[in-house]
Amino acid sequence: MCPFQKMECVSLPPLSTFAVCGGTHGNEMTGVYAVREMEKHTAKKKGSVSITAVLANPRAVDACRRYTDTDLNRCFTDALLSSPITDSSPYELSRAQELNTQLGPKGSEKAVDLLVDLHNTTANMGLCLIFYSVDWITLHIYKYIQSKMPSMPVKAIQLDIPISDAYSLESVGKHGFAIEAGPQPGGVLRADIFNMVKEAVDHTIAWLEEFNSGCTFEGGEVEAYTFIRSVDYPRDQAGELTAAIHPKLQDNDFQLLRPGDPIFLTFSGETVKHEGEELYPFFVNECAYYEKKIAFHLARKTTFTFPSICVAKD
Amino acid sequence: MSSYHNSARLSQARKVAIFGGTHGNEMSGVALVNLWTKNGAEIQRRGVETKPFVANPKAVEKCCRYVDTDLNRAFTPENLSAPGGDDLPYEVQRAQEINRMFGPKGSPEAYDVIFDLHNTTSNMGCTLILESSKDHFNLQMMNYIKKAMAPASCLVLLNEHPLLKYSTSRSVAKHPVGLEVGPQPQGVLRSNIFEAMRVILKHALDFIELFNEGMEFPPCTVEAFRVSERIDYPRDTNGNIIAMVHPNLQDCDWEPLNPGDPMFQTFDGKTIHYQGSGTVYPTFINEAAYYEKQQAFVTTRRETLVASAIRKA
Repeated sequence: MCPFQKMECVSLPPLSTFAVCGGTHGNEMTGVYAVREMEKHTAKKKGSVSITAVLANPRAVDACRRYTDTDLNRCFTDALLSSPITDSSPYELSRAQELNTQLGPKGSEKAVDLLVDLHNTTANMGLCLIFYSVDWITLHIYKYIQSKMPSMPVKAIQLDIPISDAYSLESVGKHGFAIEAGPQPGGVLRADIFNMVKEAVDHTIAWLEEFNSGCTFEGGEVEAYTFIRSVDYPRDQAGELTAAIHPKLQDNDFQLLRPGDPIFLTFSGETVKHEGEELYPFFVNECAYYEKKIAFHLARKTTFTFPSICVAKD
Repeated sequence: MSSYHNSARLSQARKVAIFGGTHGNEMSGVALVNLWTKNGAEIQRRGVETKPFVANPKAVEKCCRYVDTDLNRAFTPENLSAPGGDDLPYEVQRAQEINRMFGPKGSPEAYDVIFDLHNTTSNMGCTLILESSKDHFNLQMMNYIKKAMAPASCLVLLNEHPLLKYSTSRSVAKHPVGLEVGPQPQGVLRSNIFEAMRVILKHALDFIELFNEGMEFPPCTVEAFRVSERIDYPRDTNGNIIAMVHPNLQDCDWEPLNPGDPMFQTFDGKTIHYQGSGTVYPTFINEAAYYEKQQAFVTTRRETLVASAIRKA
């Protein structure tokens, strides 16, 4: 179980509470069913870790829509979590504060040690872990999942935003990341995607137990994609699309985009090309991003170094 | 060229409509109709007036399948004659309006042809949906389209099942033609899917033009898949799904499913096998919109349909 000798390592407190969230977007079906199954079958306490499964947006899940009033996964900034709620407040704003009470409060000692939020995308991103600032726990779990799922490319995406501005659910936990799995259409449950995500969650639980039991996890390096900017669709004066993602870019998330490479094909047959720095596209043709004016995101590859860690002994 | 002895004489197809957005989140049709409303040059043909039309504008606005009820199930005789005006569900009102504009269904004034553009999350490729095995005009059109698209595939789905057939928006026309292209997620516009649908319509309109100009189409056979049975997900007593489409069946639309083949997989990995009596050809496998209609997929049987020769009267 612990292949490494005791070595120089950074010691960190045990991680004894773990929350798995699904249905933050009500039509992202993997998380909805994973949480339902965990509520039915997973022991509330697995060894040293107590596990909570939470259906984050039950109203949106019932309607099988991303959200009812506003995107729940944009409601977790410090400012929104402390804003007053009235009868006319969007449902998701008050739900975010409820979740913050249950799993947080964000930034406090009482917050859950690790929060993992399950999402799907219509983009061909495979299995990705998405996180904010560089966090050694998250990087170790990422490295561990990669090592346990060698036939599955697992990518890491970093959004360089300070925690107070961090708007998504996983920022409520002391440590947190989102698992993003695709491609899967909204409202559809694919067995291959479900099995892949379930395995990643099981490995996360196994890592937590090994960590708490005293294993040292050797540090190292991981390559992550750091968000730089996003690109919108070409639109006409009325704001309607005049082009679709080019067939050469469609489904090619994480493949390097060089200047001159095709990115859009207009309805009249012209090719629009990428200009500027060589970057890596991701969230290519994500359904929910049309209304956010995003056709795809662009990222640079960054290498993060992290130390060996082990649990602090009292 | 000699005439065929049993050539059916059919009237010229003068009024043709192309419906997009019957389901507001099926984006190929929405985008094509918007494009052709702005500039309809591509869909003009001699001798025929072709009208692009957004069937469910409120659903398109909200990018959802429907607002109150599924428009593509709403064209029942009861709905079309229902009194109540503004109190009726939005899509029932809309069905009545569409029936006035493009029908009335069953009358001589009805549009000759309506093409209804749909997308599916299922891996169905290009599919033409036929509502009657005796519609020789449609059979000839579908034969023409298939040959024009070859070697690219374009399959014909026949839904004439007395219980499983439904009252579609296109059914107000004399010759209703469904176009179903997938896989494409709801709310997403894929370039390859958009262009494929565009090509199907190009061939369909070419056929209509040739027919209207007097071309005789000899007798032909059309291979079709006839809808046989609807198969739902295994569910618990509360109606919740307890298994997923099996990875071996997922994306395998139109491939043979034999008794004993894997069909569903439970959340803890157990396989549920197909228990039918013979080989079937499943389609609409894992269509997002059909979870609420209790359908994981439909089974079909292969059949060869025969079309008589046709010629403009």
